[in-house]
Amino acid sequence: MTPTSRVLPDLQVRSHLADRALRGLSLAATAVIILMLAIVVLDVIRGGASVVSWEFISAAPRKGMTEGGIFPAIVGTVFLTLLMTVGAVPAGVATAVYLTEYASSRSVVARLVRVCIANLAGIPSIVFGLFGLGFFVATVGKGIDRLAFGGRVTYAQPCLVWASLTLAVLTLPVVVVSTEEALRAVPREIRDASLALGATQFQTIVRVVLPEAAGGILTGGILAVSRGAGEVAPIMFTGAAYFLRDLPTHLNDPFMNLGYHVYVLATQSPDVDRTKPLLYGTVLVLLLLTFLLNLAAITARARARRRAAGHG
Amino acid sequence: MAATAPGELDRPRMAAAAPRATSLQRQVRWSERLAEGAIKAVALLSILSVLLILVFVGKEALPVLTSEEVHREVTTRAMFAPHAGSGFIWQPVSEDPKYNVLPLFAGTLKVTIISLLLAVPLSVLAALYVSEFAGKRAREVIKPVIELLAGVPSVVVGFFALVILSTWIQQVFGTPHRLNALVAGCGLAFAVCPIVFSVSEDSLRAVPNSYRVAALALGATRSQALLRVIVPAALPGIAAAAVLGFGRAIGETMIVLLASGNAALLDWSWGRSTRTITATIAQELGEVVVGSAHYHVLFALGALLFLSTLAVNLVGERIVRHMRASLRGSS
Repeated sequence: MTPTSRVLPDLQVRSHLADRALRGLSLAATAVIILMLAIVVLDVIRGGASVVSWEFISAAPRKGMTEGGIFPAIVGTVFLTLLMTVGAVPAGVATAVYLTEYASSRSVVARLVRVCIANLAGIPSIVFGLFGLGFFVATVGKGIDRLAFGGRVTYAQPCLVWASLTLAVLTLPVVVVSTEEALRAVPREIRDASLALGATQFQTIVRVVLPEAAGGILTGGILAVSRGAGEVAPIMFTGAAYFLRDLPTHLNDPFMNLGYHVYVLATQSPDVDRTKPLLYGTVLVLLLLTFLLNLAAITARARARRRAAGHG
Repeated sequence: MAATAPGELDRPRMAAAAPRATSLQRQVRWSERLAEGAIKAVALLSILSVLLILVFVGKEALPVLTSEEVHREVTTRAMFAPHAGSGFIWQPVSEDPKYNVLPLFAGTLKVTIISLLLAVPLSVLAALYVSEFAGKRAREVIKPVIELLAGVPSVVVGFFALVILSTWIQQVFGTPHRLNALVAGCGLAFAVCPIVFSVSEDSLRAVPNSYRVAALALGATRSQALLRVIVPAALPGIAAAAVLGFGRAIGETMIVLLASGNAALLDWSWGRSTRTITATIAQELGEVVVGSAHYHVLFALGALLFLSTLAVNLVGERIVRHMRASLRGSS
């Protein structure tokens, strides 16, 4: 450094300025992004905090959704995401197990699976809505009705199970990516030890590898739930309803949903000023739900990564 | 199906080691194969899903090209050419339905371009900060925060744009419509930032440290090393980030549905109401008669969206993989 500064002190000062400018500029950009998040969160808290009460959480909407609470929407969201998890997590974990434990690095099938997972993650959510309607409701549902219900419309309608399965397809990549990372972090020696003790490959996977990777699988599951709980476009035509008197009790019932409720209150309300507090309250509940899930996932993953680092 | 894949051989297998299989071993081998087969079958579901999406969205979209019945209401030409007398109009629910898709394409492009103009510089700079300047602790705060940003449901962002952002923007710019392309574009930037950030950050990080060290050793200052060596090396990845951000932006639904105003106008004004492809599908599919021309046109728009995001994502992924490989080769 010293020789340069002796020869070209002027240039160096300018370069240091450039260093600092670049650092400042990039720091400012980072701050702007974080600020965007903070503004949204603070505004939602400001508008929603006074609305959210036990009654708001536990009561049904009243008077054309201008009063009351959002209990049915919460229940609908919970049912939806639980059913979705039942579909997405086993399938996602099995896919990740195939990719990391069974498939060889040169396998064409495995490469194809990877490409499809990556693309599935990039398909717009509204296209999933079209797919859910065209495939699950209009094709699978109709087929079930024809076979089991003599053509009476039972499953050939938008309902809980089809919306859940649509979301399961949408969230599959989330589970796969998380699980794969976790499986890759399990040291090879542990597998070798298990195999050397006479365990079969499947026994090794089920009793040794998967328990080691449990943290990462959990992360994937939580992230999927958080993603599924916030999606609206895929369920608009596959089962979500404006307003229902009863909670869903069967797989073929329509359901209310937090995100869809936000959309309905924001666009279809007859009296915007009276619904605005309810709208803020619903947004706050939805945001809290997804934030807590995301934080849980980030924490679980950090812990799993530390654990994996401890192995090495 | 089971044990013929290359690379299988080097894996220790108990059954293979035994000279003569006992009945227990045979049983074990049989159940092993069954388990492997089942897992592989489930893994194939992802391929099946993509195919089913292609087939079932495509199946409902195809009548737009082939069906006489649909053509009686709308021809492919009428979807692009101006309507006699009224020009480029999307008005599918009326006495004389008009299906000109150009206003929707223009709306989608307009909103997407605005969001990218905002999100790409911000996110790339933030990625530069996190990968090159930030200390370990700052990084451990910033990255999860951006993940949280990615976790905000798009309907929440849309709500914020609708209720708060639109008012601010109208006060500042005096836009003719309260909900307009700029509001939707700003909201969309929110959704695009996380993906552009994470892909650019990954690619900046993929640049081997030897590049930095070499540049500094040659007397470059930090900013020279960054702008002339590191960023150029990571440039394909940054381009891929923008491409993937584009894919995310054209497919986003709830934000634009809530914030764009949804009037199908064919113009390049950023201050007026606009309507995107995604918002059109979301708004109209619920009330459409199944099997009608309108229904098929909406599916055709969906199919188009699907194919364009597919292409965009494949290109993006390819660039990233290519860059990784070339950086590995040179390090």
